Amino acid sequence: MLVRIVRDYLRPYQGLVTVLVGLQLVGTIASLYLPSLNGRIIDEGVAQGDTGFILRTGGWMLAVSLAQIAATVWATYLGARSAAGLGRDLRAQVFARVGDFSAQEVSRFGAPTLISRTTNDVTQVQQVVFMGAAMMVSAPIMMVGGVIMALREDVGLSWLLAVSVPLLALSVALVIRRMIPQFRTMQESVDWVNRVLREQITGIRVVRAFVREDHERARFAEANTQYTGTALAVGRLMAMVFPIVMLIFNASTVAVLWFGSHRVASGQMQIGEMTAFMSYLMQILMSVMMATFMSMMIPRATVSAGRIAEVLDTDSTVVPPADPLTIPRVGAGIELRDVTFAYPGADVPVLQGVSLRAEPGRTTAIIGSTGAGKSTLLSLVPRLYDVTGGQVLIGGVDVRDAALEDVWARIGLVPQKPYLFTGTVASNLRYGDADATDDELWEALRIAQAEDFVRAMPQGLDSPIVQGGTNVSGGQRQRLAIARALVAKPEIFLFDDSFSALDLSTDARLRSALKPVTRHAAVVVVAQRVSTIVDADHIVVLDDGLVVGAGTHDDLLVTCPTYVEIVESQQSAEAAA
Amino acid sequence: MSEGVKTAEEKAAEARRGPGARAGQRHGPMMGAGVPAEKSQNFVPSAKRLLGLLQPERTPLYAVLALAVASVGLSAIGPKILGRATDHIFAGVVGARFPVGTDKAQLVEALRARGEGKLADLVGGMPYLVPGQGIDFGAVGDVLLLVLGIYLVASLLSWAQGWLLTGAVNRTIFGLRRDVEDKLNRLPLQYFDGQPRGELLSRVTNDIDNVAQSLQQTLSQLLTSLLTVVAMIAMMLYISPLLALIALVTIPVSMAVTAAIGKRSQKHFVQQWKSTGELNSVVEESFTGHELVKVFGRQDEVRSSFRAKNDDLYAAGFGAQFVSGIIMPTMMFIGNLNYVVIAVVGGLRVASGSMTLGDVQAFIQYSRQFTQPLTQVASMANLLQSGVASAERVFEVLDATEQRPDAVGATVLDEPRGRVEFEDVSFSYDPANPLIEHLDLVVEPGQTVAIVGPTGAGKTTLVNLVMRFYELDAGRITLDGVDITALTRHNLRSEIGMVLQDTWLFGGTIRDNIAYGKPGSSEEEVLAAAKATYVDRFVHSLPDGYDTVLDAEGGNISAGEKQLLTIARAFLSDPALLILDEATSSVDTRTELLVQQAMSALRHDRTSFVIAHRLSTIRDADVILVMRDGQIVEQGSHAELLARDGAYAELYAAQFSGAAVDVDSGEAPAPELTPARG
Repeated sequence: MLVRIVRDYLRPYQGLVTVLVGLQLVGTIASLYLPSLNGRIIDEGVAQGDTGFILRTGGWMLAVSLAQIAATVWATYLGARSAAGLGRDLRAQVFARVGDFSAQEVSRFGAPTLISRTTNDVTQVQQVVFMGAAMMVSAPIMMVGGVIMALREDVGLSWLLAVSVPLLALSVALVIRRMIPQFRTMQESVDWVNRVLREQITGIRVVRAFVREDHERARFAEANTQYTGTALAVGRLMAMVFPIVMLIFNASTVAVLWFGSHRVASGQMQIGEMTAFMSYLMQILMSVMMATFMSMMIPRATVSAGRIAEVLDTDSTVVPPADPLTIPRVGAGIELRDVTFAYPGADVPVLQGVSLRAEPGRTTAIIGSTGAGKSTLLSLVPRLYDVTGGQVLIGGVDVRDAALEDVWARIGLVPQKPYLFTGTVASNLRYGDADATDDELWEALRIAQAEDFVRAMPQGLDSPIVQGGTNVSGGQRQRLAIARALVAKPEIFLFDDSFSALDLSTDARLRSALKPVTRHAAVVVVAQRVSTIVDADHIVVLDDGLVVGAGTHDDLLVTCPTYVEIVESQQSAEAAA
Repeated sequence: MSEGVKTAEEKAAEARRGPGARAGQRHGPMMGAGVPAEKSQNFVPSAKRLLGLLQPERTPLYAVLALAVASVGLSAIGPKILGRATDHIFAGVVGARFPVGTDKAQLVEALRARGEGKLADLVGGMPYLVPGQGIDFGAVGDVLLLVLGIYLVASLLSWAQGWLLTGAVNRTIFGLRRDVEDKLNRLPLQYFDGQPRGELLSRVTNDIDNVAQSLQQTLSQLLTSLLTVVAMIAMMLYISPLLALIALVTIPVSMAVTAAIGKRSQKHFVQQWKSTGELNSVVEESFTGHELVKVFGRQDEVRSSFRAKNDDLYAAGFGAQFVSGIIMPTMMFIGNLNYVVIAVVGGLRVASGSMTLGDVQAFIQYSRQFTQPLTQVASMANLLQSGVASAERVFEVLDATEQRPDAVGATVLDEPRGRVEFEDVSFSYDPANPLIEHLDLVVEPGQTVAIVGPTGAGKTTLVNLVMRFYELDAGRITLDGVDITALTRHNLRSEIGMVLQDTWLFGGTIRDNIAYGKPGSSEEEVLAAAKATYVDRFVHSLPDGYDTVLDAEGGNISAGEKQLLTIARAFLSDPALLILDEATSSVDTRTELLVQQAMSALRHDRTSFVIAHRLSTIRDADVILVMRDGQIVEQGSHAELLARDGAYAELYAAQFSGAAVDVDSGEAPAPELTPARG
């Protein structure tokens, strides 16, 4: 997955990457050349007492150092550009993909994971690409180059490479391999500790009401103890890494001196060459160690890449038609014909053979218990989901045959969970219509019974709304969401249990204020309270996904036992009569 | 994200920073630069207090210090001794060129006489040279064995040091976490109301994690890095003051360069952080409000604001990566310059006989090793800053005013009859906004009291006062004639069962969540409670029944089902007093009817306070209180209040007529903005 994504998304930066590899090659060769020059200073300068040679070679070393930093900085620049570019493109691609998803895919993944896939996971991949450009490219070059240089100095000592390089790689890898599962455990324990704390803080009233402080304390102590245990285990493993690395480095130096001295004595090697060899060995070991540490990032990035690919490989189940029909301009009512809907993988359909008509200028109410399928029914109209059987029509056109934008332009939706966006009251209301005037906004607020509290806010329409609208109460949020739909002046209003957080008198006033403005629109109201829908033109009673009754309030009191049950559960017999 | 709570991914990334940072010890500051240093308010006192936390661990910490000194010291003398091996070898190489029999002084003179002054200088400067003799392998072997031993011991000591340190730090953090959690239990509810939950959560989770991380890393690395710098400088001065001076020039140079780059990269990192945050909220909003974005046809706007933020992040991310990425090459370059100068000057000095080749070699090793810890120390400063800033935020929690302790020699109330009396009670969350003033109320044992009224009237507050969630400003509340402040909170609350407006379930099975109501309850009791409150019905439709694990926010069951669970929990606790705060507002009305039946069985013979929106559910209450603006404006039975044709009658009419009713609900917007009011 990682390879596929990196390959696909690095393609636009192919040129940069090629130059980068070339530069890393130059930089690496330059840094390998330095010890060789130093060796010659010793053998041809120091040992011969040739100071001129020492100075000349020193000048060379300086030039090589300059070349080395120039190449490395340039390579870093290119690496940063390609990695950041890849990150940007990948994020944009994932974001666009999710933008095309229907509610079905969004709910299948869940918004939180989609968010972290777009952001954190992409960052992971981006990071590994940058690190790769900086170190993983140069490590093998360094390895190969170092080996070649070492061989050039003396073949006879090269077996030391064959011992110390694998020894280092192996021992570091062994410790890391033991550490990786510990990291996972540690992550789990951190999550556990934090979850307990989160629960204690959010549930503080319940904890205190049930006097369970001691229980919570014990629960926390357990989590804390496990966490500390894991952290200790990880810390102790980590404490081994540095001493091991240090020891292998130092022992290698000692070994070079011992075996090198014999070769020097037998004239197979000069002493400066031995010093150079020592430097190569150090450089090779260093790059091996870096590569080993960097490779720790790969498993994580692979997981991230997999999660990204999963999003990219998912197609929306709601497909726009190739050749869209146009919904007639006026009087677009809604009709559901024998609609069946089941969530993917579910045995039991949520809706079964539901037929109903919502005519313009009339209010159609849908009532039923929780889980009866009311909200699902509403979400079929704007094609948040597609029916699994039957048809949903707007103005006589199957919604699947019309352009999505055309369908959405007709609909004002007030969802069950009234979500507001970061910005101001005004910017949220203008979601419905970007060009609405302030007067139009106030009018919508007046109808939605939100005028008073918005006026009471210090900045009125420009009062800030935080993400999700959590700085206003649930009832206020609902009324703002209603106002938002009103600003859009749609032909179809879908109210999904939108009055539940309102107290009853506000609910009543809102409904009577709505009547004149929705005179020509088709209004569909999902509700649990009978009082909210008692004067609807048409009431549909849903029970377990089936229509069990339809008609006016008075009709249903006679014909529909389920409706009667609902009514009775909410009011006394005489009040209902 | 908006709460500042890190995702698992981010934390995992942090957890993985550990070994990388370890590697950084030798490779310059690649880590630690990623987090913009948060400035602490009072760095010195907070840092002192943080160190004070380590007090109980002082014995191991002294050992850590001793081990670090020993280990760094041994590592430092290694190259110097190793230099002797090189000298032996070099002496052997040069010495073999000369005839046997003469001694060194004679040889030097002979060479000078022959006009080979330079060679004479070189030979004169070689302590182990014996003319005519090749490499003395015995001597070389001895030196190498000694060095090997030194390195081995140094590594072992370093390991022991890491081992002890990790224990000390983790035990300290364990204690800190425990203290903070303990503290949470003693804080008054006002403290929790007074700030966003995310803020507090972030302090007790992210900040403590950050303190742990900073302690662990700074203590181990700062110590060794500083010691290493000192040891290296000492060794360099010892070998050659001249070369040491040259090498030391690089200290200010590399410090200045690191600081300059660090400052620039810091700017980029802050920008990157900011852009990431902004991009995250665009993404979060458009995914969370996915359907609204679509239905309101705002995809183009969302896409273009995403593109803008994505481009910002690209620019900032590129800048941050590039600028921080060049720190390492730059340090390497400075190191190389150093190397060149030392190689040349050292070479000249060996040639002139004023220094040995082994010493130059040792010197090169020292100079290469001391620039790394130097940059390490610089980057530690950031980490330390952010760690202390986090510690400060944790200390603020620890220093918060606690709730009034339980009365000493508290009265113990066992199985109270349940007579509750409010005597001239006044209470406000904020002295500027009086809420409840001079309230009197008597509830007889076994009575059901219903409280109705508009949002913000003080309904929830009233019952919270009975629970002693808040302390009164004036007056008193008694239970069976005993002032509730004379009881322990444990005693008082054990006698009261409460079902709250906001359902709260913890991550665990449904069974555990119900059993929360009563410690040590049996399976039968849990099942009985579940059956009585209609939990049993929906549990059977869940794949794992009572073993279904609820996720943290209880997202896998509906709001109504959550409420039923909390009712079952209260049912199980079998209290003397019952408080139901909007307990069935999310349950559909037919289920509610069933629950009502169970509730009236539960309420039987128990004093109960019931807050409800749906007036139908409280018609049979013994007393109905109509509250408005913290005052009880009407009081009586359903029939009495209807007959009075006042506020209650109006509310009732509004609820059941379905037509527009012109009722002034008296709803004030401001109180809705503050939490915990009914």
